[in-house]
Amino acid sequence: MESSVDTNLATRPNDNLGRVVSLKPEGTVSTTKRIKRSFRQIRAEKVFRRTLIIVALVMVALVLGIMLTLVYESTLSIKSSGIGYLWGKTWDPVRDIFGAYPFILGTLLTSFLALFISIPFSFAVAVFLGEYYPEGWFSNLLKNTVELIAAVPSVIYGFWALAVLVPIVRSFESKIGVEPVGLGIFSSALILAVMIIPYAASLGRSMIHMVPSNLKEAAYSLGATRWEVIRAVIFPYTKSGLFAGVLLSLGRALGETMAVTMVIGNTSLIPKSIFAPGNTMASVIANEFTEADHPVYLSALIELGLVLFLVTVVINMIGKKMVSRFTNE
Amino acid sequence: MASNHVKYRIGKSTFFKGLTILLACACVVPLIFILIYILQAGLTKINWHFLTNLPKPVGETGGGIANALLGSMIIILVASVIAIPFGILCGIYLSENKKSKLAYWSRLCVDILQGVPSIVIGIVAYFWLVKPMGGFSALSGSAALAIMMLPIIIRSTEETLKLLPDSLREAGFALGLPFHRVVLKVIVPCGISGILSGVMLSVARIAGETAPLLFTAFGNPYLSFNLLKPMQSLPLLIFNYATSPYNDWHDLAWGASCILLIWVLALNIFTKLMTRKWKVQL
Repeated sequence: MESSVDTNLATRPNDNLGRVVSLKPEGTVSTTKRIKRSFRQIRAEKVFRRTLIIVALVMVALVLGIMLTLVYESTLSIKSSGIGYLWGKTWDPVRDIFGAYPFILGTLLTSFLALFISIPFSFAVAVFLGEYYPEGWFSNLLKNTVELIAAVPSVIYGFWALAVLVPIVRSFESKIGVEPVGLGIFSSALILAVMIIPYAASLGRSMIHMVPSNLKEAAYSLGATRWEVIRAVIFPYTKSGLFAGVLLSLGRALGETMAVTMVIGNTSLIPKSIFAPGNTMASVIANEFTEADHPVYLSALIELGLVLFLVTVVINMIGKKMVSRFTNE
Repeated sequence: MASNHVKYRIGKSTFFKGLTILLACACVVPLIFILIYILQAGLTKINWHFLTNLPKPVGETGGGIANALLGSMIIILVASVIAIPFGILCGIYLSENKKSKLAYWSRLCVDILQGVPSIVIGIVAYFWLVKPMGGFSALSGSAALAIMMLPIIIRSTEETLKLLPDSLREAGFALGLPFHRVVLKVIVPCGISGILSGVMLSVARIAGETAPLLFTAFGNPYLSFNLLKPMQSLPLLIFNYATSPYNDWHDLAWGASCILLIWVLALNIFTKLMTRKWKVQL
């Protein structure tokens, strides 16, 4: 198969090249062989280039496909609930009432609470590694350990939180006089906060590294202390980078599924306080997707996925844009 | 008066330095707690019997996680077979055609894919593979994980190949090598360390992924080698057993968590050592 195609290709232009060949009497056979080979190579080169283009096209098609699948599969729910889906307060699959408000609220509460808890820590790591101690074995160790936080599977965080964190939160809750459930938004925010520290920290560190030293030296020469340099030079200079890191952390927190599913308590009621159990968009999908027994229910769950997808994509894109603008400047 | 003010400022500076150090070190504390707790709870459960036996039904003690271990390995292997060639080729395209329009859109899509929550990828894999094939299958789980691996492999391939000097490529062309041989025999071998680290990182990332497997591989209490049937995997087993009310199952889950944790951390640390040895920047 392969060889027949080759001879075809080689014979066609042979008349053209035959004259050149006839000028050199030594070994016509080897010359035609060489020609054959180079045609094979040209063909392979074309195939290779084409494959690369197809692969890149498939990549685009994959993402478009993900988006279109989500939109297509959720049309049923979009049609039946309309835009009111987003602020409908009841989620009752039995009566076919689907309102995503409790889950959107749950997602926002857990994510922003986690973000507020984690920001001081991740900025501290960023400043520690970027400004105070950029070198040295301890900084290396800290940097690698913080990166390992992101490597631990989220199901393990969830299991640990279920076994250790939830009882602690429960006793804390009974101490401050709320209903001691343990499972709930507060517990999930705590475990989420641990999980998202590395994202803002590592981006912040590389941003702080990029602050030109003449700016810092100018501030020192005016008599500024270390803290004043950090506050008045480094933070303003890196503010968009630090913010981008926070956005990336937020994107992570919004989409995080397993750990949250295990400790949030899973109820479709609107959470009354941050200690109450609730549900996030991702945890509802994880819990109810395989149980969804009629098409509208399934479609409503997929619409949640669509909302989640759009929100995380927008947040991530803004974050990436800010980073690339910062690094190009 | 003035010296008091200076003292106040210096004190403030020292205070914030201390606070920064304190907070930075505090970050590590939960990780250490988790590591110690899981190693303590899990290591005692692990023995030969645990690794080679199937889980027992509720009420019987003992049992192991052989099905989950094998299932995890098979699912990850198939995902890698799908994702690695595709990802490397896409990375090559992006580094070879930096300015083309297709490269711009393709890069944008990689960026988008990187941020997509894993559960959404699970939903999509359900509609692309599980529904048409008529049932949960290990293959659909592998496909979902492969989609998650792609952005990491593509990014690391592109970044590595971009750093190679143009003279390498030009030297290859000057010898009359066709494009595919320049890429496959000169450029890829030169950047292989970076590409491999990206691949390992992506495997480490998906080894603990649970959410996309919930509606694709689904889980299976028995040993299965059939790619078209549901298959158990370590993270799924941990999730199912950890949220169950039975103490025996919790024990299994602790053992499984311990193995998964050691596996993932070892992969990460190994990759880190490799990148340091090869001086790769990821």
